[in-house]
Amino acid sequence: MLRFNRTRFIAILKKEFIQIRRDKPSLMMAIAMPVILLLLFGYAVNTDVEHLPTVIWDQSQSVNSREMIEAFRNTNYLDPAYYVYGYDEVEEKLDSGRARVAIVIPPDFGKRLHGLEQGSLQVLVDGSDPTVARAAMSAVQLVGLDKSLSLQTERLLEQGISGTTGMPVNVETRVWYNPDMKSTVFNIPALIGLILQNVIAMLTAFSMVREKERGTMEQIVVTPIRSLELLLGKLVPFVIIGFVSLSLILTIGIYWFGVPPKGSILLLISLSTIFMFTILAIGLLISTVARTQLQAMQMTFLLILPSILLSGFVFPRETMPKLLQFLGALLPLTYFLEIVRGIFLKGIGIKYLWQDTLALSVFAVILVAIASKKFKKNLD
Amino acid sequence: MSLAIDCNNLGKSFGNYVAVQGVSFQLPEGAIMGFVGPNGAGKTTTIRMLCGVLLPSEGSAKVLGFDVKAQSEEIKQRIGYMSQKFSLYEDLTVEENLNFYAGVYSLTGVMAQEQMTKVISRITLDSRLNQMVGSLSGGWKQRVALACALMHNPQLLVLDEPTAGVDPVSRRVFWDIIRQLSKEGMTILVSTHYMDEADSCDYLGFVFYGRLIAFGSPVQMKEKEGRANLDDLFIYYVEREAVEDPRNRQAVKRRQK
Repeated sequence: MLRFNRTRFIAILKKEFIQIRRDKPSLMMAIAMPVILLLLFGYAVNTDVEHLPTVIWDQSQSVNSREMIEAFRNTNYLDPAYYVYGYDEVEEKLDSGRARVAIVIPPDFGKRLHGLEQGSLQVLVDGSDPTVARAAMSAVQLVGLDKSLSLQTERLLEQGISGTTGMPVNVETRVWYNPDMKSTVFNIPALIGLILQNVIAMLTAFSMVREKERGTMEQIVVTPIRSLELLLGKLVPFVIIGFVSLSLILTIGIYWFGVPPKGSILLLISLSTIFMFTILAIGLLISTVARTQLQAMQMTFLLILPSILLSGFVFPRETMPKLLQFLGALLPLTYFLEIVRGIFLKGIGIKYLWQDTLALSVFAVILVAIASKKFKKNLD
Repeated sequence: MSLAIDCNNLGKSFGNYVAVQGVSFQLPEGAIMGFVGPNGAGKTTTIRMLCGVLLPSEGSAKVLGFDVKAQSEEIKQRIGYMSQKFSLYEDLTVEENLNFYAGVYSLTGVMAQEQMTKVISRITLDSRLNQMVGSLSGGWKQRVALACALMHNPQLLVLDEPTAGVDPVSRRVFWDIIRQLSKEGMTILVSTHYMDEADSCDYLGFVFYGRLIAFGSPVQMKEKEGRANLDDLFIYYVEREAVEDPRNRQAVKRRQK
C-alpha cells in the first residue's frame, strides 16, 4: 500500500530545510568541503615532475659541458641550482634532499668530444620517490640521445658524408586527450565523484541518525507519517545540496583550474544524478546501522579510504592485484570515475560509456532497494 | 457508552523475553486512565502496542474501534502521543514545531490556522512562539510537546510519563489542562510514577512483571485491598508480587528455615 500524502511530505520537507539552514556545520560541509577538497587535490595531488633541483659538478668547464647543462635546463625537468667542486658536496646535497638529481661531468668531457671520441657523464638520481626518479631518468636520457645525434650529424658532415643526416627511424609521438599531460586535467573531473560521495553520504547519514539520537524518531513513528514520505522528505533536500555542490565543483574546475569538459555537460549531469542516488542509498544504509552521529562519521570515513585507493582515483586499477581490482569493482565510484573522465577528457558519449552507466544503474537500484527496506524495518 | 480502548489478552515477546502478557481491560470514552508500575514493568511496551507502533505477539486490542494490528494508520491519525523522553525539534522554534505537526496530521489552510490558534490559547504559548525549543525550560518543553500532540484534536491522548522531572507548578498547570480536555470528551491514557496524579484518574491499571495485576477506579482498588492510600497499595502490590514470583518463592522459603 503506497498511499502518499502531499501535505505530510511538504511538512517534512519544510522542516528539513529550516534545520539545514540553521545547521552551520552541515552547511559548511556542503559548501566549504567541496571548495577545500578541490583546492587541496587540485594543487597538492600533482604528479607532474618539473623543476627538480639539480646539483652540478662540472670538472670539464668547457663549451661542451656548458652546452650540456643548458640542454638539461631547457627540458624544464631539471633545474641546475648548485654548482659544486667535489664528490663530498654532491653527496651532501643529495643526502640533505636539497637536490634530487646530480650531474657529474668528468674533466676530459670536452676534450674527448673534440677528439671525436665518446664523452661520458654521470647522472645520480634520488630514487626515494620512484615517480620522480623515473621522470628524471627519462629526461636526462632523452637529452643525452638528442645531443649525441646532433654531434654525430656534425661529425659526419665534417667528414663529407651527407644525405644521412637525421634519424633513419622517426618515432612521432602524440598524446591524446590530455596533450600537456597535466595531472589536474586527470584529477579534477575525478574529484567530482569523490567530493559528491563524501559530502552527500555524510550529510544524509547525519540527518537520519540525528533523529534517532535526539529521540525525535520515536515521536515520528506514532504519527501517520509513512516511511516513503519520510524518506523522500529527507532525501530531496540532499539531492538539491548535491546539485549545488556539483555546480560549484564544475564552476571551479572549469574556470579556476581551466579543465573544461570535452563532452556533453547534460550527459555528465544526468549520469551524476544516477551516481547521487547510489550515494544517498549508502548514506541511508549507514544511518540504519549507526546509532550516533559519531558512528556515522566513522563509517563514512571507512568508505573514503578504499574509495580513494581502489577506485582508480589515484592509481590505475589495471596494475592492481586481482583481489583489489575486484574490491574496486564493488565501489560505485569506480564506474562513475570512468564516466566523468570519459566525458571530461575524451569527450565520449553514451556509446562508449553504456557499460559503466549500466553498472552504476544496477548499483543504484540494488542499493536504494536494500536501503529503503532496511530503513522501513528500522522504523518499526 | 462506547469503548476507547478494548484489549484482550494482549502480549508481546522479544525473542525469549516476555515483556508483556495477558493484558485485558476496557476503557470507556472520555475517561482518564492512569498506568502505574515500577520501571521496566511493561508500561511503555503496552502503550506502544496500543498506539499501533509495536505489533502484539498475542491477543488483540481495539483502539477507538480500530484494530491495532490491521488498522494502525487509522489509529495514528486519531491519537495524540507524548513520550517521557522529550522529542521535539530543538533547533526549530515553537511555532515551527507546531506547523510541522499540523502538516504531519494533514491539516491545511483555514483548518490548520484555527487549530493552531485554539491550541496556542489553550496551552498559553503566545509569548513563546518564536523561541527556539532548545532554549526552553523543562516545564515549557512539556507544554509545547503537549501542544503538538493536540494539534489535530485527537480522540485519545496517550502520555508516557509526561511529568517526569517537571517542577510542581508546571505539573499542576499540565494536569489542569489534562482534566479540562477530559471534560471536553477526550480520552486520556497516562503513565506516571506520581501517586497524587494516579489518585485523580478515573481508572487505574497496575502493571507488574509485564502483567496487568489490577484494574479499576482508585477508590475501588484501595478498598479491595484495605489500604488507606495509593502509596501503601503500590508497596503492598510490589511485595505481594515479589513473593508470588516463582523465582523469589524459593528464596523466601530458604530464609524462613
